[in-house]
Amino acid sequence: MKDVTFGQYYPVDSFVHKCDPRMKILFLIGYLVAVFLSADFYGLAACAAVLVLCVAFSRVPVKSVLRSVKGVLFLIVFTAILNLLFYRGETTVVIADVPLRWWIFNITVEGIRFMIFVMCRIFMLVMISAVLTLTTTPVSLTDGLESLLTPLKWIRVPVHALALIMSIALRMIPTLMDEIERIMNAQRARGADFSHGGPVKRVKAIIPVLVPLLLSALRRAEELGDAMEARCYTGSRTRTRYKKLTFTWRDLLLALLLAALIAGVVLMNVYLPPIL
Amino acid sequence: MRIRAEHLNYTYNPGTEFAVQALKDVSLTIEEGEFFGVVGHTGSGKSTFIQHLNGLILQPSAQKKYKPKKPKKGAPVPPPSLLHVGDFDLLDKKTDFRALRAKVGMVFQYPEHQLFAETVFDDVAFGLKNFAKEPLKGETVERAVKDALETVGLDYAAIKDRSPFDLSGGQKRRVAIAGVIVTRPEVLVLDEPAAGLDPLGKRELMSLLHRLHADWCKTVVFVSHDMDEVAQNCSRVAVFADGGVKYTLTPRELFSRFGDLEELGLELPAAAKVARLLHEKGIDIESDCTPDGFADAAAAYLSSLRKETPAQPRDGEGGQA
Repeated sequence: MKDVTFGQYYPVDSFVHKCDPRMKILFLIGYLVAVFLSADFYGLAACAAVLVLCVAFSRVPVKSVLRSVKGVLFLIVFTAILNLLFYRGETTVVIADVPLRWWIFNITVEGIRFMIFVMCRIFMLVMISAVLTLTTTPVSLTDGLESLLTPLKWIRVPVHALALIMSIALRMIPTLMDEIERIMNAQRARGADFSHGGPVKRVKAIIPVLVPLLLSALRRAEELGDAMEARCYTGSRTRTRYKKLTFTWRDLLLALLLAALIAGVVLMNVYLPPIL
Repeated sequence: MRIRAEHLNYTYNPGTEFAVQALKDVSLTIEEGEFFGVVGHTGSGKSTFIQHLNGLILQPSAQKKYKPKKPKKGAPVPPPSLLHVGDFDLLDKKTDFRALRAKVGMVFQYPEHQLFAETVFDDVAFGLKNFAKEPLKGETVERAVKDALETVGLDYAAIKDRSPFDLSGGQKRRVAIAGVIVTRPEVLVLDEPAAGLDPLGKRELMSLLHRLHADWCKTVVFVSHDMDEVAQNCSRVAVFADGGVKYTLTPRELFSRFGDLEELGLELPAAAKVARLLHEKGIDIESDCTPDGFADAAAAYLSSLRKETPAQPRDGEGGQA
């Protein structure tokens, strides 16, 4: 149970780690736009080059970044198969004089190309998001989000409170994991069995863990609330920050890279002959 | 049931960057019928060790997926590990660990946090029903629950239908302990059972443990931070440090080894503290570790002084009279 890690921050010191989280979030959004703007493999190649740069300058082992793709492997394979079978292309693939066409399925050359295109797209989206979460702690991620959502404050959305809720939730996950393990052990010592029996029996077996867990979560919430109140926390506008987010030359570089990427993708779409 | 461990090692998250060796070559024997204390710092391995005793932590060789590895040529062969609780071999994956858990009761720290059922009765009966091989008769369950609740000092008729969450802290803890002893385990293991109780609650709990030891569970193993508690109640004490058993002592030895204990950063029992201060002033008193024992020894010492130096008339007293 302990090895379930939430947030997968990889603690090293690197260019990407040092960037402002706000810039990183904006970069992620811009990168997604660039990937979706790419109408052909040229654009994707440019995006891939930027991805390689990001991974290289994050100093996170490629293996760790690739690990996050494992979680969505099913999704990638699934969309790939759908595209392969249903893409409306013209030239049906023929293997040993047998055209690969049956009932409503039709495997075409265009379909295969498009399948590869879509797979690359999803792969890159997942990779770049992984780079973000691997190089940014959950806390600075919420800080960045809060700062980016400042405009919403003008229309009375409680951005600060929402960000606080998020960071407390993230903070409590490991604590609750420990708690779950402790309670499970206590009930296991009383003969509870969590790994055998049918689905109904297993769901029933969770109750002796769930009830104490909820109680302890409520108890902790109350204690935390009291502690914050005792220190006069009100979440008021005059509240200052311990960690101020600052824009540096790194962020400027990142912004320029992003602008170049998007411009390049648009130009390639217009001027280069299509492959697809 | 006799507990016997030899050359026991345990590593959390083996083979990863988070690997921590929690037990290093632990050898310890706890005889049947002992009231055994375990002391040591947080992270000394004592919790890991006691969780071995009822199979909550399994040695690699006891896990289902285990396949014995061929030893590397030329590598030093580690001494073979061994962990027996009664007739159960805890290093063997064929062992029935549920049967073991029915024999070895485990009371965790703050056991009241494990309560979950709607009534006290249901909560205490939980373990009983889990361990039963076939559905039990209503009367059997009722009798066992009644016995357990009365043994921990609660009024069965008054409490059985109440919600465990409406009880006071001390009552909750008793209910939780009843929920463990209801299966009549032969060995009872407790992790800091008195933590967070007031002095009166602590005394009551210790006398409850003695009652349990006398006519309910043959062997009691308990972990504590409170050296006085250990010194006054245990037949023997194992001192854990840095993943291993540093010493196994009787309360009397605990008293005389204060230097060793202080080196490990452990608090001394109160009687030993006073004795050490006296030792620094050149007075040596031998006693066991209880306040009573120390008071007796000190009284004997003082009266022996009185005999050695009979009262002398003070100068000048006679003249004034």
